[in-house]
Amino acid sequence: MNWTAFIVFLILFLFVTGLGFWAARWKKGDLNLLSEWGLAGRGFGTVITWFLLGGDLYTAYTFIAVPALVFGSGAMGFYAMPYTIVAYPFVFMAMPRLWSVAKKHGYVTAADFVKGRYNSSSLALVIALTGILATMPYIALQLAGMQAVLSAMGIGGEFPLIIAFLILAVYTYTSGLRAPAAIAVVKDVLIYVTVIAAVVIIPAKLGGWGHIFHAAATALPLRKPAPGALILGPKAYTAFTTLALGSAFALFLYPHSVTGVLSSSSRQVIKRNAALLPAYSFVLGLIALLGYMAIAAGLHPKTPTLAVPLLFLKEFPSWFVGVAFAAIAIGALVPAAIMSIAAANLFTRNVYREYIRPHCTDRQESRVAKLTSLVVKLGALIFIVFLPNTFIINFQLLGGVWILQTLPAVVFGLYTRWFRGAALFVGWLSGMGVGTYMAIAQSFKSSIFPVDLFGVTVSAYAAVWALAVNLIVAVVLTLILRAVSQGETADLTSPADYEATSAGV
Amino acid sequence: MDENASRKRRRAWYWLLLIPFIGTLWPPFFASEQPMWGSFPFFYWYLFVWVIISAVLTWIVYLATRENG
Repeated sequence: MNWTAFIVFLILFLFVTGLGFWAARWKKGDLNLLSEWGLAGRGFGTVITWFLLGGDLYTAYTFIAVPALVFGSGAMGFYAMPYTIVAYPFVFMAMPRLWSVAKKHGYVTAADFVKGRYNSSSLALVIALTGILATMPYIALQLAGMQAVLSAMGIGGEFPLIIAFLILAVYTYTSGLRAPAAIAVVKDVLIYVTVIAAVVIIPAKLGGWGHIFHAAATALPLRKPAPGALILGPKAYTAFTTLALGSAFALFLYPHSVTGVLSSSSRQVIKRNAALLPAYSFVLGLIALLGYMAIAAGLHPKTPTLAVPLLFLKEFPSWFVGVAFAAIAIGALVPAAIMSIAAANLFTRNVYREYIRPHCTDRQESRVAKLTSLVVKLGALIFIVFLPNTFIINFQLLGGVWILQTLPAVVFGLYTRWFRGAALFVGWLSGMGVGTYMAIAQSFKSSIFPVDLFGVTVSAYAAVWALAVNLIVAVVLTLILRAVSQGETADLTSPADYEATSAGV
Repeated sequence: MDENASRKRRRAWYWLLLIPFIGTLWPPFFASEQPMWGSFPFFYWYLFVWVIISAVLTWIVYLATRENG
């Protein structure tokens, strides 16, 4: 047990806990309204949104898993960089439109928007359920990230994890989205400090970057079962590109991203953030390089996910290990809170209010959301305590494939009403089927699936194949339905809604 | 100039946002070790440089398409 590290860790953890409870009184609003509890009254400016989205998207799991992938396979793991580079131009184009239409009509979730656009509760329901399903394993993986640092500090067993999560559950319940927003500021500052320290101190101790890249180039080709490489080989090009592109489009379809976007106070805030959030992408690249540092440091972790915690333990003084581990653990709390809020918003709006109690009051609505956020976290805790980690990682892989299948309804819906709701529904179903089949056919060993196209074998991200099928089905069915003038539904939004500014006109 | 034409003109700036997709999603451009930047192989420093280029492009489009509110 590393006491110095643990005490520093504990102090920081207690500090953010206090912050989480204090947040209920920040930017005062009536927390008995869903838009206040679950979107913080759509009032966050540029700076808080930057911290919130940064804390939301760059999670503890990212910090553990990306370097672990780089440690194990090399250049392929760097798909995370183009992924987080191209995500933001996409955000700049599409998300202000979602913000405007959501503000105008009081939408809290992407499924709310789909409901209004296609006047179809069944399409909205499947969009909501896809979001909830994709979010569950993601929350569980945050816990896995926290578990990795706890066990590296010598704290074994599930008990500490349960305590940490119960505390999180209580302040999320009382403070809503304000809690992770406040904590995100601390988390992001700690992450920046840790990463800057890591790239300054560790390479110097390991004999310089030249030595680090050399060690990686020597070790990677010997990796089993599949050899890695320092420079991406031509055979891996399509996998690299489709993984980056598919993940980039999926990123802002995840409910927790939508929650972050909708909680901002204007279109301009979103646009500014699209230009400012790449600061995190730069840091993510540095974090990915920690994987090579772990190779150069001669570490042989039992699982690659321990590469970063072990590297910090080996190269940092004890007190700073406490800071670094707190950064990762708090990095788990922020997204876990936002994800559970986002899932709760979806359930409350698109299942409870739609199918169970259509005439519930605003107070009942926010109460159900608060309770759902507890249930969702409990579910994630049960996942991590009772199920093997590989199950959750597989489930997460599927979640990424699934969430991308909501793209035609949500993103295309922001630009055009050409598609018919029924066609999008069947397209979604086909994409889900194909994507799930591909993941199972690969026994979850890889999200890359080889397909024979006109005699050439193309290996690409299963989510992208599934999306292609989804789109083809949606386009063909829409053409048929339009040709026979069937399946027309009302559109409750108007073109001006997508450009509306916060002034409300 | 009428409102519609100025809106169209502003929209044209959005094409700049496609450049990062071309720059970072076509590995033949950058999957090589040379030229090195210090000890960094091309593959790595190229992607770091693109984070900055992409952010700058996005900021330019933001300034050029600024609306009220």
